[in-house]
Amino acid sequence: MRRDVQRLIFLLLPAGIFFAAFFLLPMARLFFIGGSGKTGWAAYAAILIDSHYLSSLISTLGVAAATTVATLIISGISGVFLQRHKFPGNAALVAMLTFPLAFPGVVIGFMVIMLAGRQGLIGQVTQALTGDKLVFAYTLSGLFMGYVYFSIPRTILTVMAAAEKLDPKLEEAARSLGASPWRVVLDVIIPGLKPAFISAGAICFATAVGAFGTAFTLAAKINVLPMVIYTEFTLSANIAMAAALSFVLGAVTWIVLALARTAAGSTVAAAG
Amino acid sequence: MKHRGLFLLQLGFTLLVSAFLIVPVILSILAGLTVNYFVGLESGLTLRWVIEVWTGYRETIFLSIGLSLACLAVTLVLGVPTAYVLAKRQTALTRAIEELLVMPVAVPGLATALALIVTYGSVSGFRTSWAFILVGHVLFTLPFMVRSVLAVLSAIDLQTLEEGAASLGAGFWSRFRDIVLPNCRAGILAGSLMVVTLSMGEFNMTWLLHTPFTKTLPVGLADAYASLRLEIGSAYTLVFFLMIMPLLLGLQAFAKPRPVKFVAEETE
Repeated sequence: MRRDVQRLIFLLLPAGIFFAAFFLLPMARLFFIGGSGKTGWAAYAAILIDSHYLSSLISTLGVAAATTVATLIISGISGVFLQRHKFPGNAALVAMLTFPLAFPGVVIGFMVIMLAGRQGLIGQVTQALTGDKLVFAYTLSGLFMGYVYFSIPRTILTVMAAAEKLDPKLEEAARSLGASPWRVVLDVIIPGLKPAFISAGAICFATAVGAFGTAFTLAAKINVLPMVIYTEFTLSANIAMAAALSFVLGAVTWIVLALARTAAGSTVAAAG
Repeated sequence: MKHRGLFLLQLGFTLLVSAFLIVPVILSILAGLTVNYFVGLESGLTLRWVIEVWTGYRETIFLSIGLSLACLAVTLVLGVPTAYVLAKRQTALTRAIEELLVMPVAVPGLATALALIVTYGSVSGFRTSWAFILVGHVLFTLPFMVRSVLAVLSAIDLQTLEEGAASLGAGFWSRFRDIVLPNCRAGILAGSLMVVTLSMGEFNMTWLLHTPFTKTLPVGLADAYASLRLEIGSAYTLVFFLMIMPLLLGLQAFAKPRPVKFVAEETE
């Protein structure tokens, strides 16, 4: 028994050493460097006090919240629909909806430019229709569109897996008791999918808060926290501030995911 | 007939969503093969942009392939034993370890990259080598390997299998080699595809970790989007699509049986 435990510890050692040396230690160092700048530990409070940082924090959280809501509504409708109705072409639709699953943020940004950029499809269509060219790729709306694009594939997969486990008998019972389709959705389907919505929504939110590639491709002027950290680090060489801000950003996303995990039970573990 | 209307409404919506995801992909593929995208397809099709990408950026492609394979090797060595221990002992301690391992996925890549730079940035031989990027990629992908293997190991009755082997005289290491590893083959395969795909596309960390001599494919893409004409950016994206397509198809093929397993588990 003792030897067994020793062997298990031995098996954990390589990952443990790697993780301690390249994650725990650097994160601890990042935390102390965050407090070592001109303003000292006050750097950690600056995110709430300094109006520049506060406004970027608010727009970051705003975009992330909007992304989460939009993605959950879209993926909820399409995910349940595709799980419930098996028709010819169903598999092709699922394949199309999950194709962008592994696109990096930069490529997502480029997809937004293809749609809403200066030479984009939306611009051409609106110019033909109204004479005015609609271009919004390089703003917060473009970023929102990119994050929704990025989040739909993984959210649809989670919703579909959860919808498969829903018991159709509950819906039949509700219908036989005279519930309208809308009431069935509100009272049976949405409560049944709640754990999946919480876990998928938390992942949407956390990625939208921390993502950098999409904003980087779209425009350096988009005022979200990851871009602010990047400019503090590279242009202003204010390493302490960059460290403090990214430590706070990391803490925010980690807390959101941890809260969701407690709220949704063990389901989050399968969603990553 | 009300039912049918609802069905068509949902179908229409889902088609719109699919179009939203797929149309820009098609547009960018076309742009990469068009002589002048601003003029349109009438200007003719060409491979000129793809060739320009190949001559200008092929090092980034080779580096990304090498990096993702090295990342796979490291995550296998670190991740499979970890998953085995986590499957074997389910205590508060192992749950805490699992939680910790997932942190690099939860924490934004930018923060992890900054932490690595402030800690190891002055180790010059390390900072300028591709191993520096590898460390970041391993941190980010390791949880996916561990979870994928752990999911398979938790679904089988490891205890009984190992006891059976032990009663026949198999020692710890031969049990690990002959019972545990073959049984988690499916998890290792799915995890490997995931690790390679993620490493190939990682940008958030890599953008800060890279040097002018260690540019990966997504770093090159960002470069091309920022400074070159739309057609070259598109052609480069096309090359990226071609590289991740087989990985994605593999992932879809292996990810499919999983939901079935969830149901089987519950009815037990």
